[in-house]
Amino acid sequence: MLKCEQFNKICDKLDSCEHYQKFKVYKDKILALGNDSLEKTIAIAVALCLVCAVLVSFSAVALKPLQVHNKELDMKQNILDVAGLLQEGSDIDSAFSEKIEAKIVDLETGDYVEDMNADEYDQRKAAKDPALSVAIPKDKDIAHIRVKAKYAKVFLVKEDGAIKSIILPVNGYGLWSTLYGFLSVDPDGQTVQSINFYDQAETPGLGGEVVNPTWRALWKGKKVYAETEQAALSEEPALSLIKGVVDSAKPGSQHQVDGLAGATLTSTGVTNLVKYWMSKEGFAPYLAKVRTVKGAQL
Amino acid sequence: MSDILNDETKKVLTTPLVNDNPITLQVLGICSALAVTSQMSTSLIMALALTSVTACSSAAISSIRNHIPSSIRIIVQMTIIASLVIVVDQILKAFAYEISKQLSVFVGLIITNCIVMGRAEAYAMKNPPLESFMDGIGNGLGYSLILIVVAFFRETLGSGKLLGIEVFKLTKDGGWYDPNGLMLLPPSAFFIIGLIIWSVRQWKPKQVEQAEFKIMSIAHGEGGHH
Repeated sequence: MLKCEQFNKICDKLDSCEHYQKFKVYKDKILALGNDSLEKTIAIAVALCLVCAVLVSFSAVALKPLQVHNKELDMKQNILDVAGLLQEGSDIDSAFSEKIEAKIVDLETGDYVEDMNADEYDQRKAAKDPALSVAIPKDKDIAHIRVKAKYAKVFLVKEDGAIKSIILPVNGYGLWSTLYGFLSVDPDGQTVQSINFYDQAETPGLGGEVVNPTWRALWKGKKVYAETEQAALSEEPALSLIKGVVDSAKPGSQHQVDGLAGATLTSTGVTNLVKYWMSKEGFAPYLAKVRTVKGAQL
Repeated sequence: MSDILNDETKKVLTTPLVNDNPITLQVLGICSALAVTSQMSTSLIMALALTSVTACSSAAISSIRNHIPSSIRIIVQMTIIASLVIVVDQILKAFAYEISKQLSVFVGLIITNCIVMGRAEAYAMKNPPLESFMDGIGNGLGYSLILIVVAFFRETLGSGKLLGIEVFKLTKDGGWYDPNGLMLLPPSAFFIIGLIIWSVRQWKPKQVEQAEFKIMSIAHGEGGHH
């Protein structure tokens, strides 16, 4: 009832407003004009644009907080998933802040950058910012991403003060889309824990199977780098997807993952993005440093 | 008066289901029917989005139909449709994030879906808002019906699931069903829609179109007799 009275008051005020009266007169004049007159055409176009603009901007602004929250939640869920910490029904936000720490890594030197706020840094946005990104030379761009951010945002999973896993952001072109995901490795910077893609548009059921948990489980325990004779690790990553099923009896099977059936190009894309991001263009300098200082001190 | 309204509403609601189906008879909106039907969940959301956009845009266009200048008629319709589609897209991103990620660009492409424009131009420009709204709902339902049927076949035969729940146990998980990969690719929807159109026209021969021209046999002379 009160609202109704208030509404009436507003209406009375409007009626007594001179501009509103003028507007009303003009509106009646326009509506009375022939549909094809120039004045009416312009007036209708302007009025329509105004109404539509208000509608669109209202919905965009009103729903923005929810959308941003959804995006963040989705990202956190993916990080927890790749860390093997995702539990059905548990609160994602609290699990994330409890166990996971974000760090910024300078890709060129492999050092942590301490004077940047890791929580606010967005690597995907940075990759589009000329000041924060570098173009990749064509011959090195095996993942077909053209630019990369200078600084990467990695996530560390800690347990009892020691690092349990390192989660690295990776991206690369598949068949239809750029795949964005995370690769988690042991603190030895060599053994894969899991891989997950949070943004991809490959063919559902074929290339889209990169998100299939059964296939993703095949990555566990795979070794990224080959071991050379001096018990050192190779500079270039050896891990790749192969056609068909990996025969675990054969030498080198620790560097191989089953390719996706019917999705050769997506499989090649995944191989390339892993090769790129684990090479010295990507996280190899960082992982080398992690190995020498032995995770615990980080 | 109310009887007439009821008859008209009933007519515009039911005829687009089979007799005047936007996909099988008018052959509109095929592109999205191919793109989103590999899974039932995306098809359902797409159907819902398109139905609400068609209904609301038809109602909005119809309510101002007497004042739309004919020279900018199509632009006015497009502006209204585009605004509504953006609103729907925003709502999906806020409340059904997972699905909106899968539908990606196809929600935005409702703007160019011929069904929405077609109904605006063919019906809403000549009829009052309520009937136009109902006509939008009816055509949206006709579109939804075909999408659901296509998605049913594509998801069950292509991945052995329905709405993500396993129906056939796949051989790779130790079951008996070897999924048909073609069903997951857009061309399979072409075949299924083609079969649907064929069976509907077998059932209702009235829908079969007259050939635009006929090849005359030579025995009838030099041709050209019509």
